[in-house]
Amino acid sequence: MTHARTTRRVLAAVASVGAVLITAACSSSSTPSGSAAAGGGVNWDERGPITYAQGKDTAGVWAGVLKEWNDAHPNEQVTLIELSPEADQQRADMIKRGQAKSGEFSVMSVDVVWTAEFAANGWLQELPKDKFPTDGMLASAVDAASYFGKLYAYPQSSDGALLYYRSDLLDKAGLKPPTTWDEMQAACDKVLPTQKGMSCYSGQFQKYEGLTCNVAEAVNSAGGEFITADGKPAVNSAEAVAGLTWMVDGFKSGMIPKEAITWKEEESRQAFQDGKILFLRNWPYVYNLASKTDGSSKVAGKFGVSPIPGKTGPGVSTLGGHNIGISAFAKNKGTAGDFIKWIASEAQQKTFLLKGSLAPILESMYADADLNKEFGYLSTLGESIKNAQARPKAVRYGDVTSAIQDATYAALQGQQTPTDAFNGLQTKLEDLLK
Amino acid sequence: MSQGAATTIAGNTPPFTEKRKKNLLSDGQGTLAGFLISPTMLVILFVVGIPILLSLRESVFRKFTTPDPTTGMIPEGESFVGLQNFTDIFAHPQAVDGAWGNIDRLINSFLNVTFFTIICVAIETVIGVAMALIMARAFRGKGFVRAAILVPWAIPTIVSARMWGLIFDADGVMNKILGQQILWLADNSYSQWAVIIADTWKTAPFIGLLTLAGLQTIPSDVYEAARVDGANAWQQFVRITLPMVKPALVVAVLFRTLDTMRMFDLPWGMIGQGKYYVETISMFAYIENNQLRYGTAAAYSLVLFAYIVLVAFIFIRLLGADVIGDEETRAITEQRKRQKALAKAENRKIKLAKTTITSGEFQS
Repeated sequence: MTHARTTRRVLAAVASVGAVLITAACSSSSTPSGSAAAGGGVNWDERGPITYAQGKDTAGVWAGVLKEWNDAHPNEQVTLIELSPEADQQRADMIKRGQAKSGEFSVMSVDVVWTAEFAANGWLQELPKDKFPTDGMLASAVDAASYFGKLYAYPQSSDGALLYYRSDLLDKAGLKPPTTWDEMQAACDKVLPTQKGMSCYSGQFQKYEGLTCNVAEAVNSAGGEFITADGKPAVNSAEAVAGLTWMVDGFKSGMIPKEAITWKEEESRQAFQDGKILFLRNWPYVYNLASKTDGSSKVAGKFGVSPIPGKTGPGVSTLGGHNIGISAFAKNKGTAGDFIKWIASEAQQKTFLLKGSLAPILESMYADADLNKEFGYLSTLGESIKNAQARPKAVRYGDVTSAIQDATYAALQGQQTPTDAFNGLQTKLEDLLK
Repeated sequence: MSQGAATTIAGNTPPFTEKRKKNLLSDGQGTLAGFLISPTMLVILFVVGIPILLSLRESVFRKFTTPDPTTGMIPEGESFVGLQNFTDIFAHPQAVDGAWGNIDRLINSFLNVTFFTIICVAIETVIGVAMALIMARAFRGKGFVRAAILVPWAIPTIVSARMWGLIFDADGVMNKILGQQILWLADNSYSQWAVIIADTWKTAPFIGLLTLAGLQTIPSDVYEAARVDGANAWQQFVRITLPMVKPALVVAVLFRTLDTMRMFDLPWGMIGQGKYYVETISMFAYIENNQLRYGTAAAYSLVLFAYIVLVAFIFIRLLGADVIGDEETRAITEQRKRQKALAKAENRKIKLAKTTITSGEFQS
């Protein structure tokens, strides 16, 4: 290899880079979008085979559900596309299809917090309210499927937080499950002295999406709000700061064990099952696992559930779950529309609850006596979800949630005071929600 | 420049060609070689060259992210922003609380990368060389020890990240051994050490393996001679082993350095994202990419790319890392040095050698 050749090669490389940059500069596009998802001009009568994409079907319910649909609709077959079990990867796969304007995923199961982003980018088909009624569905779940006053998806499954408590210990002390933070503290003061190595309370305080859910509950339960109804951030209010202060003080006083700052759902569930904490804030999935009598849980039959406590009264849960939406670029939107209505119907919601333990989106089902017999937590969960508050509905949700996590984690680790942390967060959110 | 050497064997050159053959024996070889490596070059062009050019293009653009206030819709497309994706760290710093105080997120991750690289590679080199010295000994159960030392290297990083995550858990083995309640998996300087320990555990065997290969090329008579001269073990190690193993060791260290600089899966899988004490540039670029800011993601990747190129260059220049290991190239370099010295002495223009085969030193 000679110097001359190397030099020539470098020159050629520089020249081609230059060329690419110049052409790129010329083609700089800034066309405003002809919003593909606008309600008009959609043929809701076009029928034929479609696909349905969601995360990995770990509970194994979909094969049966789709067989039922496909047997009834031989000319409108639905094919299941299973994506990664990781939420981030599912979102990335869906975004790729959206950016390429591909209708490969005709119907998508979209996390409630992605709905605004997908809708704003025009990847989800707007659902006209006359064709897609939402009567009987949980109001909070419908709100989480809407963006700018328009419906972009049907709620598919819901989720809310529950407070798990050790009923054996509370009964012994003659106490009722707490409805406020002070009552919870009082219960701990009474019970813990006789229980060696047990802490009072935990939720999920590792730095991840679960932290956003937990801090949102603390803030909402103290009467504060991250973002007001008109879309303005309000985290520097005294109420919001009081919510965060409760969490920070919990760590300081030892009400929350120190190591809980590294706990996600599973670690906190393990701690509760091992009898290390008296009260646990977690999702409904814990109920069945903690009830197992095969020795994996030390608290089987010794615990109960109630709605989470708040500052002065019952707390406000964070809303979880998924929405089911139609790709703006999909073919056969008529079939897709029928399919999502069918998924939201009572019969299917019951299947998902019975076989997959997914919380239904129909209000009436939470009062169903038979279902309550099967799922001891169902009516409590209904109460929790009815009061639940969605996480901030933001197009740049990923940035919003990481800003919330940054501020909260800094306060929990003692790097910042709650007031400073939320003042900083207010500035960041104002910038992100502009 | 290329015509420089052409005057050497003027007699053999057809008079009508402007550009004369440089050398009889290498006739046609260059063309043939070029032809033979062209498929490889083509593949490299597609998998390396074009992606780099595309990221260069991407790094000067920015997608629209602000929704229209009346419809809530985000406009499609992107706009040309020049070098803003690079200069924004100064114009609009995104301050985070990491190990280096409250500074911009990219600078923070840059410092993390530098810190991890220096500390990890230093520890790994010491342990790796020690491992190689042990593995090179002849003793019973040598095969078992070699296999045991290499196991960490064979485990996929994400698996060892999860494994060490369990070890460093608040109730994990490490805290049990230390008898402390250290929160390694939170976001503090312990998290940094957790990453350093796990990385060392995994990659010291790599340095050990390459060093072992170098050790085995040292002839034993050198040591015998040293013993005869009365050199002790330390003198033998410093005066014989280290200099003779240096070519292999430097390459191993170079590879480890470049690898550590783009560390991603270990901190990601063990400590998690958004932890500023352990966030590396690759992690930050990935997060930006995930937030659909492809412009800044490309820009940050290019910053890392430039940093790695710079470090590799310094390595090769200062330590003389011989990555290619081609004897011919080395011989030519040596010969050019001699020629330069000679030309300087005779005070004439230099004609540098192109091959070692025919271009003797006294041709003019």
